[in-house]
Amino acid sequence: MSSEQTRKLIALAAIWAALLFAPYWMAPLGGYTALATRVIVLGLAAMSVNFLLGFTGVLSFGHAAYFGLGAYGAGLTLKFLALSTPLALLAGMLLGGLCGAILGTLIVRRRGVYFAMVTIAFGQVFYYIAFQWSSLTGGDDGLRGFSRQPIDFGLFKLDILSNANNFYYFVLFCFALVVGAMGFILRSPFGRTMIAIRENERRSRFLGIPVERHIWIAFTLSCFFMGFAGALYALVNNFADPRGLHYSQSGDFVMMAVMGGMRSFWGPLLGAAVFVVLQDYLSSITVNWMSFVGLLFVLVVLFFPRGLLGFIQRSKA
Amino acid sequence: MTQLLLFNVTNGLIIGAFYVLMALGLSLILNLSNVINFAHGGFLVIGGYIAYTITPYIGFWGALLLAPLLTAIIGLVVERVLIRPLYGRDPLYSLLLTFGLAFMIEDGTRFIWGPQGKPVTIPPFLAQPLSNDLFFITGYRLFMVAVVMIAVVLLFLLLRYTRLGVRIRAGTLDLETVAALGINVQMLRSLNFAVGIFLAGLSGVLAAGQLGLEPTMGTGLLMPSFIAIIVGGIGSLPGTLAGGLLIGVASGLTAVFYPAASEAVIYVLMAVVLLLRPRGLFGEEGMMS
Repeated sequence: MSSEQTRKLIALAAIWAALLFAPYWMAPLGGYTALATRVIVLGLAAMSVNFLLGFTGVLSFGHAAYFGLGAYGAGLTLKFLALSTPLALLAGMLLGGLCGAILGTLIVRRRGVYFAMVTIAFGQVFYYIAFQWSSLTGGDDGLRGFSRQPIDFGLFKLDILSNANNFYYFVLFCFALVVGAMGFILRSPFGRTMIAIRENERRSRFLGIPVERHIWIAFTLSCFFMGFAGALYALVNNFADPRGLHYSQSGDFVMMAVMGGMRSFWGPLLGAAVFVVLQDYLSSITVNWMSFVGLLFVLVVLFFPRGLLGFIQRSKA
Repeated sequence: MTQLLLFNVTNGLIIGAFYVLMALGLSLILNLSNVINFAHGGFLVIGGYIAYTITPYIGFWGALLLAPLLTAIIGLVVERVLIRPLYGRDPLYSLLLTFGLAFMIEDGTRFIWGPQGKPVTIPPFLAQPLSNDLFFITGYRLFMVAVVMIAVVLLFLLLRYTRLGVRIRAGTLDLETVAALGINVQMLRSLNFAVGIFLAGLSGVLAAGQLGLEPTMGTGLLMPSFIAIIVGGIGSLPGTLAGGLLIGVASGLTAVFYPAASEAVIYVLMAVVLLLRPRGLFGEEGMMS
């Protein structure tokens, strides 16, 4: 037991060390800091999807909507309301989370494939809104004309706009906050109940657990996390894209979670890293990169359904 | 105004007929195999492009029959090789696989036939408008609706009276018992999948004649078909039929009064149905959960 714990501790230390020094070890390997920033933001999104998929056992295939809402929330705040990065993040998180909370009440009564179908369909609503309401959202061209602002600490200002490393560490700090919250929730009695529902919904119901309410809370929480990730993503690009709300983006997030290993907490981050780097590479060498991404989906489903971490763990056992 | 209204309702019905054809195929596969076929729009595109390729040799009428058949055969192979291994697993996997497949089909058609739209020649007498007052109803549009109607009637007759159809319906209710009665469930699922893909291929040919062909045309039709199924009630094919027509007409009518919302209205319709009658219009209690 204690050796298991030390192993976990070592793995955790290794993950954080890798993240902390990413700007230094990525460059020699042909990467760049902005790529690392994208990986942790999309990784955070994939972990939020997995919060629901891997730990509550319900598949949302429309989570990109809340990601995109977060991005538009942050972008619109910076453009029209206040030149403040923290406020923008807060606004994005609230927009994504509150919309999720409201729609969640309609969604949670379904299960399995039907849950997935309804989440996709509702997700598309926001895609169409972002696409059609051009006067506010910029329509097909996306929302432009805003940029992330320096963080004001009173004594000094942290420049996150032009300094890529500063921005990376700012994003990493935000990432750590949210991931810490996620880990805390999963360790709490509520988190344990989520896992109980995943393992055996009927039994949980017999034990008197209000299953629908738990799923709704988990759904809402993951939408808040998703909104936050989306807000960060808007800051990464200084741009919000309607395609960020589309169900194909949701599919990418689910794929990241599955590819990394959806039964593990850190799996989706690994999946996001592989996915982002691969997509970056493929789209630079071929115009038919979509075929290869599609092929990746097919191969992972057929041959690595447990994901990379699941595969490693099983071959060790 | 009356003419405008009539125009948009007719338009809505025709689009609705498309949704019906797509959604019935999706619904068949979903009900029996619990697979959300994201590649359904991809098969529509394949059907259309096959029709485009064989029309010069065997004419439009031949293509109308042969292209869906060829598409169904491709579907059969896909089911056998890629989807069958996933039946015992979480529906998540078949969803992801068909999602990836949809990417590959879209990109593949672009690679083979090029990104530009392609026209499909239809017989000239079908391209004529019916009359000057009803200029918007071309013969082809009536013809499309007629073909959809024939296909739907044949499908329901198949399900009602043939041995295959009875088995499909029984399997939808309780696949385990059907298997215990000594029926080859694998075969049943394959044939059912092929029937669904045949319908997708048929809608592809019809759409090609009306709109021309583009590699991305399938994705746009996929989401309304989902909604047709949800609105009509999951598990009910008559519900899917009604749902498809309903959302077609609803979006047609909205186009008269507030064109920007003509796509959004079907989602509103879905939300209302889910709020007031969660199982869908024709759904049976318990099928949604």
